[in-house]
Amino acid sequence: MDKKLIHLEINGIAVEVPEGTTILDAAKKVAVKIPTLCHHPDVKAWAACGLCVVRNGNSPKLLRACCTEVAEGMKITTHDPDIVQIRKTVTQLILSTHPQDCLKCPRSGVCELQRVATEFGIREAPFPRPAIEHVERDESTPSIVLDPDKCIKCGRCAIVCQDMQNVWALEFIGRGERMRIAPAAGVPLNDSPCIKCGQCSAHCPVGAIYERDETAQVWDALRDPQRFTAVQIAPAVRVALGEAFGMKPGELSTGKIYTALRRLGFQAVFDTNFSADLTIMEEGTEFVNRFTKGGALPLITSCCPSWTDWMEKYAADFIPNFSTAKSPQQMLGVMAKTYFAEKMGIDPARIHLTSIMPCTAKKYEITRSEEMQASGYQDVDVALTTRELARMIKIAGIDFTALPESPADSILGEYSGAGTLFGATGGVMEAALRTAYHLITHEELADVDFVEVRGLQGVKEAVIDIKGTKVAIAVAHQMGNVEQVLDAIREDRKAGRPPRWQFIEVMACRGGCIGGGGQPTLATDEIRRMRMEGLYQDDRQSAHRCSHQNPQIQKIYKDFLGEPCGEKAHHLLHTHYTAKPIYNT
Amino acid sequence: MAEKLTREGLDALRARLTAENAKAEQGGRQYVMVCGGTACDSNGGMALYAALVKAAEYAGANVRIVRTGCMGFCERGPIVKVLPSDVFYVDVKPEDAAAIINEHIVGGQVVTRLLYDKSQAEAGHAGQDIDFYAKQQRIVLRHCGLVDPEKIEDYIAHDGYAGLSKALFEMTPQGIIDEILASGLRGRGGAGFPTGKKWAFSAAVEADQKYIVCNADEGDPGAYMDRSTLEGDPHAILEAMMIAGRATGATKGFIYIRAEYPLAIKRLQIAIDQAREWGLLGCPNILGSDFTFDIELRFGAGAFVCGEETALLASIEGKRGQPTPRPPFPAVKGLWGKPTIINNVETLANVAVIITKGAKWFSSIGTATSKGTKVFALTGKVKNSGLIEVPMGITLREIIFDIGGGIPNGRKFKAAQTGGPSGGMIPLEYLDMPIDYESLAKIGSIVGSGGLIVMDDTDCIVDVAKFYLEFTVDESCGKCMPCRIGGRALLNALTRISDGRGEPADIQKMKDICQAMARASLCGLGQTASNPVQAMLRYFMPEVEAHINDKRCPAGKCKKLVQYRINPERCVGCTMCARVCPVGAISGKVREKHVIAPAKCVKCGQCYNTCKLHAIEIA
Repeated sequence: MDKKLIHLEINGIAVEVPEGTTILDAAKKVAVKIPTLCHHPDVKAWAACGLCVVRNGNSPKLLRACCTEVAEGMKITTHDPDIVQIRKTVTQLILSTHPQDCLKCPRSGVCELQRVATEFGIREAPFPRPAIEHVERDESTPSIVLDPDKCIKCGRCAIVCQDMQNVWALEFIGRGERMRIAPAAGVPLNDSPCIKCGQCSAHCPVGAIYERDETAQVWDALRDPQRFTAVQIAPAVRVALGEAFGMKPGELSTGKIYTALRRLGFQAVFDTNFSADLTIMEEGTEFVNRFTKGGALPLITSCCPSWTDWMEKYAADFIPNFSTAKSPQQMLGVMAKTYFAEKMGIDPARIHLTSIMPCTAKKYEITRSEEMQASGYQDVDVALTTRELARMIKIAGIDFTALPESPADSILGEYSGAGTLFGATGGVMEAALRTAYHLITHEELADVDFVEVRGLQGVKEAVIDIKGTKVAIAVAHQMGNVEQVLDAIREDRKAGRPPRWQFIEVMACRGGCIGGGGQPTLATDEIRRMRMEGLYQDDRQSAHRCSHQNPQIQKIYKDFLGEPCGEKAHHLLHTHYTAKPIYNT
Repeated sequence: MAEKLTREGLDALRARLTAENAKAEQGGRQYVMVCGGTACDSNGGMALYAALVKAAEYAGANVRIVRTGCMGFCERGPIVKVLPSDVFYVDVKPEDAAAIINEHIVGGQVVTRLLYDKSQAEAGHAGQDIDFYAKQQRIVLRHCGLVDPEKIEDYIAHDGYAGLSKALFEMTPQGIIDEILASGLRGRGGAGFPTGKKWAFSAAVEADQKYIVCNADEGDPGAYMDRSTLEGDPHAILEAMMIAGRATGATKGFIYIRAEYPLAIKRLQIAIDQAREWGLLGCPNILGSDFTFDIELRFGAGAFVCGEETALLASIEGKRGQPTPRPPFPAVKGLWGKPTIINNVETLANVAVIITKGAKWFSSIGTATSKGTKVFALTGKVKNSGLIEVPMGITLREIIFDIGGGIPNGRKFKAAQTGGPSGGMIPLEYLDMPIDYESLAKIGSIVGSGGLIVMDDTDCIVDVAKFYLEFTVDESCGKCMPCRIGGRALLNALTRISDGRGEPADIQKMKDICQAMARASLCGLGQTASNPVQAMLRYFMPEVEAHINDKRCPAGKCKKLVQYRINPERCVGCTMCARVCPVGAISGKVREKHVIAPAKCVKCGQCYNTCKLHAIEIA
């Protein structure tokens, strides 16, 4: 149903928008920028900062543009000396409580408070800094650092953690000046239900939540002549890293990234897309086995470590449904330190493998369990986020946008279009279906595109016809959308009927890994769509579109692994999950 | 288990109770009404009640001893009123119980030593005869002092639930709303929004569930209007909530009351239980109609911000008590997303009597735009502090000098603060302005929930503003930045000024912060928190400038700006001051003039308070 149109004036400019539009969004339509700080389009307006105040007519009462819906006949003034002065005062007040150490801050240059202060032309600090209790940094998780001293208490991280992600690790504690945002009950973040997805850090406007910086370890390895340094890049990195260098979101920079990594000193450059293909071989086979021979259905994907962490904490009743196939990051790790080492005659103890991931939880995944040392060594040594790699490239003086392209290193570098899809929501499902079709029918698909599973809708459902065999699937992304899917299956279980879906893909972050917590900050749905489109373009231009068609994959099974889900594969490429009750003291 | 009352059953019960009472009074029964408000209770009221009961039993007197709600004259409590002779006793101690029973009830002699004014012995003996009550008009507090709040029969005998009965059987829901609209009743919680309009918003929304919430989260420092109303007349609130439910289509009510009000909670729970027992609440077909309604109590933990509508609702829902943006307004989307009317205790206390007596009667009281009465907790520098109810339109002068008896100790009036921390200080020049919503808003204050604090010339205006800011900074929920940071910045500026570190530039800084807080804060707390500072800058600039420019506090309150010295003309060398000085800053021998060493003095003021000869002066 089309929404009613509302007519109003903004700074004397007539504008027509659908009912329910906020003043903020209506203003954007006529190229009027109302400043905001706490607002983020991903979450409901929290209305904490007060910067977006505007006037309607001559009313002395100002309205918050971020959360006030338009009404017929409004005459909005967004800027006049009074309003500008109020915004300036509020900004100066916020600055009076914020540490003035921008030069050392991880967010310097991409800080929203800095941007607001610059836009308002703040040159003075009229308000002395009030006494503020110092709170120690929380570095308890392997993924994220909380720096409460920098927090401006905009509330975004807590709302993201609760509403968007349904994790409830972060909460507002205390009141008034002593109000702070911290893990509920004041526990260290690692003892909270935190799933390390890092969405808090991706939404934080300032430097109060950020990824644990592990670049120093990588620099050390690169400078150590005893180490053989290898690196892998995840699918979603290639469509987002460029943003840190002024490229458009979604612009593919795979070849430039390979070159940059070599210039940094990595001796072997692998692509996680290769092991994504490997994951599909294992997970696809696992699905076909369970689907045709019996086993726990629905099969649920497990390549997202935040999702598996959430499930272990909040939904352990689904452990039997999980795919035991390891994530592409871990599969590449174990292959590098077994197959690659063997082929190249390198002592696996010497190999130092760095992952470049769009994700903060991948830092946690590398030591998740002993199974992450299937090679006999820690399979992945360090997991860096996209943001950390961008910093390394800058430090090394590499002019990223001007770099020539180069290929990845063979035997763990070649990938199919299916592998690259892993970076977008629905991608694992789409890749798995392409191969499952082949495994069931021994034929190749004419049209490999499963457009039903693409896009930003929270839960996507489809019934796929595999030559008369119907497979019902569901794809969910952004943790807050997942529980309804699990509840539906629980309902089926309770009623004693077969599950309504046989295969479910879950990704913790909105849009999948392209919207990951380790990606360049300030992502919005617009940016997510552009990044996704970059991956689909990568898929379209690939020589092979299905994982099982990847010649290197065929070779690795022939030379080394044997059968998918066979004994060797099981030992190296599969893992287990256990229930982790929360607040279990 | 009592029978479920029908409409006819209620009328019959009232008739029976009235007849029984009349018969008993004809037979010579008298009543001793003992104030059972928290103030009198904590001043020996409970022991007094017990002593009266014992004395009456011993004397075998034909008397009913009733613990009532607050009678208002807290300054002189415990209060006892004897009916039907209408004699008003003040400062009554348990030891006086025998005298009241034996001399007055049995002997028929007024105990003159317990009268407010001994000269009353010749004039009238009633409460109305003393100045404190002369200008008051009791609508909200109509039953306080008249009924036993723990007895539903007392309430019913005094027209209780007649309003509900009328609303259910003689009026349509729209008719109820029209009546409230026509009465001109406005929200007594502070903002003064027309109550009927609020009800109409909720009534207009289609929903499977609607709620009525009574806001009893009274939080202004020194205010106790709502507590006293609830303690004295709990059934009036239940009845009003039911009438609001009928008008808007709500079937469920919550009373959000602070847990620090144990007596009010106890009496409300008794009232709810009694109403349920009589079939007036918590059952289908109330009074035989098609109406159903139930009420539950919800306790607040004493956070001031939970008096704000959206924070209050969040708290009832079990969430953190912090405000959310409006719109949507609770009347449209409130508790659990359902239309919810939130009315303050005092607002509701007017409802039943408006229904029974009519909008016309109610709107004849007050001013053109502010109808009815207002209850104030009158405190500070007045002779008669206490709970008062006055018609809207009365002047501050009448309240402070006629009802309050003026400023004690011969000091001069300086300012009055209405609206608690959300209001402003009203200076002398506006003493004759009528009190109503519009007039007070015009001069930068608000009617507020009813706190009224009087200040004299020993109160420093910077110090007063600091006091209120300390309160709001402490009570801010911390969610919105203008309030959280602005409040602290204002308080720090005030502290600098009262410490003698103020600079002329602080004035403009404070003005900027006030603007930012008032106009960019999310909720009423932040939007009004700067009002005391705005009033200070508007009406008391010379005093602020004295602090900043001359480093002088004219009221002698700001310790760091004060210099104590001993006037040798007055000092007789009694050594009292030297003995109380905690730092040994005062020297002098017995019967010789004493001297304060300014370098040692910590300005605690002990000597100043101790010297009976006023020899210590503030320079």
